[in-house]
Formats: sequence, structure tokens, C-alpha cells
Amino acid sequence: MIYTLCFILFVIGLYGVVCKKNIVKIILGFLIMEYSINLFLILLGWRKQGFVPVVENLAGVENLVAQSVDPLPQAMVLISIILGLGILSLMVSIAIRLYQRYGTFDITEMNKLKN
Amino acid sequence: MDNLSLFISIPAAVAFFIPIASHRFKWFPDVSASVTTFILLLLSLMTLNHETVYRMGNWPASYGIVFVLDGFSCMMLIIVNLICFLAALFSVDYIEKFYTSKLRYYSLLLLVVTGMNGTILTGDIFNLFIFLEVALIASYTLVGFGCSSRNLEASFKYLAINLLASYFILLAIALLYGKFASLNMAVLSQLMKVNPVDNIMVFAFVLLFVGFGIKAAMVPFHGWVADAYTSAPAPVSAILAGGIIKALGIYVLMRFVYNIFGMNYLISTIFIYAGAMSIVVGVLMALGQWNFKRLLAYHSISQMGYIVLAFGIGTPLAILGGIFHILNHSLFKPLLFLNAGSVEYETGKRNLNNMGSLSKKMPVTAVSSLIASFSISGIPPFSGFWSKFLIIVAAIQADKPVFALWAVIGSILTLASFSKIQRYVFFGKGKYFKDEVISEVKEVPYLMRVSMIVLAIFCSFAGFLLLGGLNGIFGPAVNALAGGTDLYITRILGR
Repeated sequence: MIYTLCFILFVIGLYGVVCKKNIVKIILGFLIMEYSINLFLILLGWRKQGFVPVVENLAGVENLVAQSVDPLPQAMVLISIILGLGILSLMVSIAIRLYQRYGTFDITEMNKLKN
Repeated sequence: MDNLSLFISIPAAVAFFIPIASHRFKWFPDVSASVTTFILLLLSLMTLNHETVYRMGNWPASYGIVFVLDGFSCMMLIIVNLICFLAALFSVDYIEKFYTSKLRYYSLLLLVVTGMNGTILTGDIFNLFIFLEVALIASYTLVGFGCSSRNLEASFKYLAINLLASYFILLAIALLYGKFASLNMAVLSQLMKVNPVDNIMVFAFVLLFVGFGIKAAMVPFHGWVADAYTSAPAPVSAILAGGIIKALGIYVLMRFVYNIFGMNYLISTIFIYAGAMSIVVGVLMALGQWNFKRLLAYHSISQMGYIVLAFGIGTPLAILGGIFHILNHSLFKPLLFLNAGSVEYETGKRNLNNMGSLSKKMPVTAVSSLIASFSISGIPPFSGFWSKFLIIVAAIQADKPVFALWAVIGSILTLASFSKIQRYVFFGKGKYFKDEVISEVKEVPYLMRVSMIVLAIFCSFAGFLLLGGLNGIFGPAVNALAGGTDLYITRILGR
């Protein structure tokens, strides 16, 4: 159920990217897509009433696999956030430069390549 | 040559060292980029006929990140590093004339090399995504490098479409991790053989197909190709055509299809139809173009169609044809982009109508572009003929004569559009051509000539690499794919 909500969030982002004409809204669409995937990854590792995957004495080892949360998706999400930050800054700087050149954020009016 | 991490660490280190060092030494960016890519080329030549698995930090293969070197990745390493070396040589004078910031250009170029080498070598799907993004972020910036309105527009379009593809791929990776709880390609492959096919696997495959299809410029997903190639600086177009769509697109897709999911009839049919569509749609769109680089860009789509078709047919002979066509396309298409760059360097023009009679003034450019045109249209002694011939023979052997005929038609249309280039640019005259323009034109500088001549020699004689057929130099590469999932699993996990 909760995975479906993640997927709905992904589709909302996809809608923003594909259907919107304003560059800023497109960028927001990309952000929503990225966050939905990050959320999905986190939820994959999450477990109800799970504990941190750190064992302090040997007695806890048996419970580790059965009850702890999965740490790997969290590492993946960290990297994915960093990549997302790089992409975001590049997208925003291109959008600012495009606004300086065309005086608008509307992508349908940016059609110099076609002529 | 067992330390595969050098392929990533050397270019990455130099990329970040260039901005520091070049404030003191003006010559540093040029020299370091060319020397680094040359060293990488030598290293990749040393990996020929080697097969090894490099474990990062010595973690066992199923837990840690592994780098896998087999025949196919070795071939791709050589192709990518060769093209990047020649493009770096070509950039020395080209960037000097048209652009301002050399140090940023070369840093980004080396980051693209890092990303591509990493994507080719890695055996871990999340690691693959990271290297993919490293290469792509650098290439988005390189496409918009001139910062004119057209460059920025093309860069944003390229970014938007490829970022969509990247997120599809990331979602697919998340789904696969959620299902199989592993990121290692070999472990995934092993688990997929045991588990029956279910909806999650089909959905993940579709996402991967669309994602890498966009990066490989297959026909329903080819929207970004023409704009990105046209707006990028000529050496970057050469790397985009010769390296990025191969290493990030078709190579990874084939890894997934042959070595992880395993080839079956349905996937094969999808690839064959996508390839056949790409061949004709690309070449038909190219025929009507008057912009030199845009015409070449559409031909990229068409030539990628041959490769996809060959891998779709999937017999060892077809795979040999596909791999050889990857090599050939990485030779003649960058050569043609470098020719377009040289013409632009001397005349400042890109429209075919404004050019003419350059063959007398620029003999090296004219002859090398003639060789590349012959090669891409499949005229017999040149390299392009042999790969197309292999693909057509394989299509007939696999009982698909319609697609063989289709490939021949594509080849004839290719010849038609390249005779247009030769007629308007080098041997005849364009419609709006003025004679007084031509008097100041001379041959391009020495280094640009070197990289074009090297590529032209390869285009002429690459046919000899086929000697020995399936046991020759391409044998290990064909084996790596034709061996399917079993060989890949045994190679990495050793059982």
C-alpha cells in the first residue's frame, strides 16, 4: 500500500516533467520524482519496530537479520541525494541563463534550434 | 594489467588537478588531458585478452563492489579511450579558437572519461548508476559549453530527457533491490534464474529498456540526439557519438539483456523491430537535413539501429557483427564530426548550402571525410562494409530475410545522403556559396590533422581485424555475450 503511494508520487513528478511548460515547474517535477525514489528506497529497508543494525554484544547477532532495518538503502539514498544536488544546481543555473537569453521560462518559446 | 581501478582513478585525479595547476602553467590543460587519455589508451590495450575481476577493498564479490573485465568490456574500453584520446588531441586548437575556458573543458572531458570507464567496468548496478550520472552531468555541461541561447536550449533538452531516463533506471534498480536484496549483477542473474518471472521483474525490465533506450538513441526515444550533437563542440559531438551512446546506452543494455535477464524470444523480437525502425527513421530524417552536424546526428540513430538489430538477432555471428559495428561506428562517426569541426574551424559555417569546393583547399579533411563516407555507407574495402555484411548474413541465416533487405535499403539511403555531403561541401558548390570566401581557407592545424588521419587509417583497414572470425580478436567479446548468464556468473562468483 505504502509503495503504491510512492509510485503515485513518482507519477505526479512524471506528469510535471512531461506536461508542464514552465522550466521551474519541470525542475520541481524532477525533484518530486527523485524524492519519491529516495522514499521508496528508504521504505524498502524500513521495518516496523526494527532496530539499528549495530550489535553491541554477541547475543544480538541472531536477531540482527530478523529484526534490524536494512542499512544499504540508506547509503544508496545518501549518494542519490548528492547526485540530485549536483543535477539540481546544474538545472537551475541553466534555467537562469536561459531566462537571461530568452526573457521567459516558457519552453515552448525557446525554439531557436528549430529554425 | 590487473588493477582496474586505475581506469577511474587516473582521469578523475587529473580532472580535479587541472584547475589547480593551470593557473600557474598555461600549457597544463592541453598536455595533461592528451597525455592522460593516451596513458588510458595504452592501459586499455594492455587489457586485451585478459579476463579478471577486481574486488574493491578485497570484499568478496557478492557483498562488495566488483569491477569485471571480460572480452566485451575490454573491447569497449579500447574504443572509448581511443576516441577520447583523439578528441582531446583535436580539442587543442579547436577549443582555443571557439571557446574561452580550456581548463574547465578538459576537466569535464576527463570526468566524462571517468564515468564511461566506470560504467563499462562495474559489476554492481547502483555503482553503474553513479558512474552513469558522473559521465552525464559532465556531458550536459559540455553540450551547453558555449553558453549561447542555442547551446543552453540543447543542453536543457538533453538534460531533461536523459534525467528522466536516469530516474527510470534508478527506480528499476530500487525495484530489483527490493525483490532480490542484492546489487551485484552476477548474484542478481543467479537469483533471476531460480525465481519465476513475475510482474516486478517485467516492470523493472521495461524501465531499464526505456532508460537505456533513451541513452542509446533508439527510435522511439531519439528526441535529444540531433539537438545535443549539433550544439556541442565538435570533439564533444565525437565523444557523444563514439563513446557516450555506446558505453552508457547499448553496452549496459546488452549486459542487462544477455548477462543478467537472459535473452528470450520476446526481448529479441522487441530489439529487432526497434533496430529496424531506427535504421530507416534515422536515415530518412537525415536525408532532408541541410545542417552538416544535424545530418550526422540523425545518421547516428540509423547506425545504432544496425547495432540493436544485430544484438536482437542474437546468434554468435550477429553478435560479432554488432560488436564490430560498434567499433566501426566509433571510428567513422567521430571522424565525420571532426571533419565537420574542421570545416567549421576554417569557414565558420555549418549549413551545407553555404559551403563548396573545399577539396582543393583542405585535402586532408576532404580525403578523410570521403573515406568515412565510404565506410559508413558500406562500400566494400572499407570497414563499415564488413560489419554490415556480417549483420545481413546473420539476418539471412536466422531466417529473417526481410530485415536483411531492410538493412540494405538503409545502407543505400545512407550512401545517398553522404553523396550529398561530398557534393555540397567538398567537390561541388552550395546554393548560396560565394567564391571570395574560399580564398582565405587553408588546411587545419597539425594536431587536428593527426587525429583525422589516424581515424581515416583505422576506417580503411579495420576490416583486417575480422581475420580469424569468431576465434580472432573479437572472439572473447562475442563469447562474453553469447555465453549468456552462466558464463558471467561463473566468471564473477567462481561457481
